[in-house]
Amino acid sequence: MNIANVLDAKGLACPMPVVRARKTIKEMETGEILEIQTTDKGSVADMSAWAKSGGHEMVDQKEEAGVFTFWIKKG
Amino acid sequence: MSETKKTTIVLFSGDYDKAMAAYIIANGAAAYDHEVTIFHTFWGLNALRKEEPIAVKKGFLENMFSKMMPRGADKMGLSKMNFAGMGPQMIKQVMKKHNAMTLPQLIELAQEQDIKLVACTMTMDLLGLKQEELLDGIEYAGVAAYLADAQEGNVNLFI
Repeated sequence: MNIANVLDAKGLACPMPVVRARKTIKEMETGEILEIQTTDKGSVADMSAWAKSGGHEMVDQKEEAGVFTFWIKKG
Repeated sequence: MSETKKTTIVLFSGDYDKAMAAYIIANGAAAYDHEVTIFHTFWGLNALRKEEPIAVKKGFLENMFSKMMPRGADKMGLSKMNFAGMGPQMIKQVMKKHNAMTLPQLIELAQEQDIKLVACTMTMDLLGLKQEELLDGIEYAGVAAYLADAQEGNVNLFI
């Protein structure tokens, strides 16, 4: 996977992960992949809902040692 | 993405916790690329007050009101468990621990995200609040302006 940008949103509480994600993805090109790391449990549901609404594609996600990682392709 | 969606929130409450909920939803909606308006009326106007005292001429009753109402978002009380001001101190400590944003930070973020902050001019008159006492960069309007936004709103909340 070709990751164009990594956003470290670890330790941030709602609503910051989506606020930062939107800011970051805005400056990216369509088709590029953004990796986002979070620790907020709500971000699992938040990120997929946010990606879908924005027309982006959730390529993959995982949880490891309390850190959630998402790969979102800009639509 | 299709056309821009709209979110409008009426912030009537002057409680710290309720205002926090309003501002979190507003900032979230802005992250959803919505055009967001928060219409502040009655006690919700206190969230827009500047912290420092501003000298403005007012009538006796209006002066009393300004003295009794919280001057700025940080001074607002909780809707539950306020304990004469102890509650907000406690919740602010817990928020710090969980890295949650404070209400003043959320308001600043809202302005950064170009959320339209509107003060209701009719209730400003009732509570004796003047434009000089409220934050810079906000708008002033009445019910018709709110409805113009709300009738096209995809999310409309009253808090």
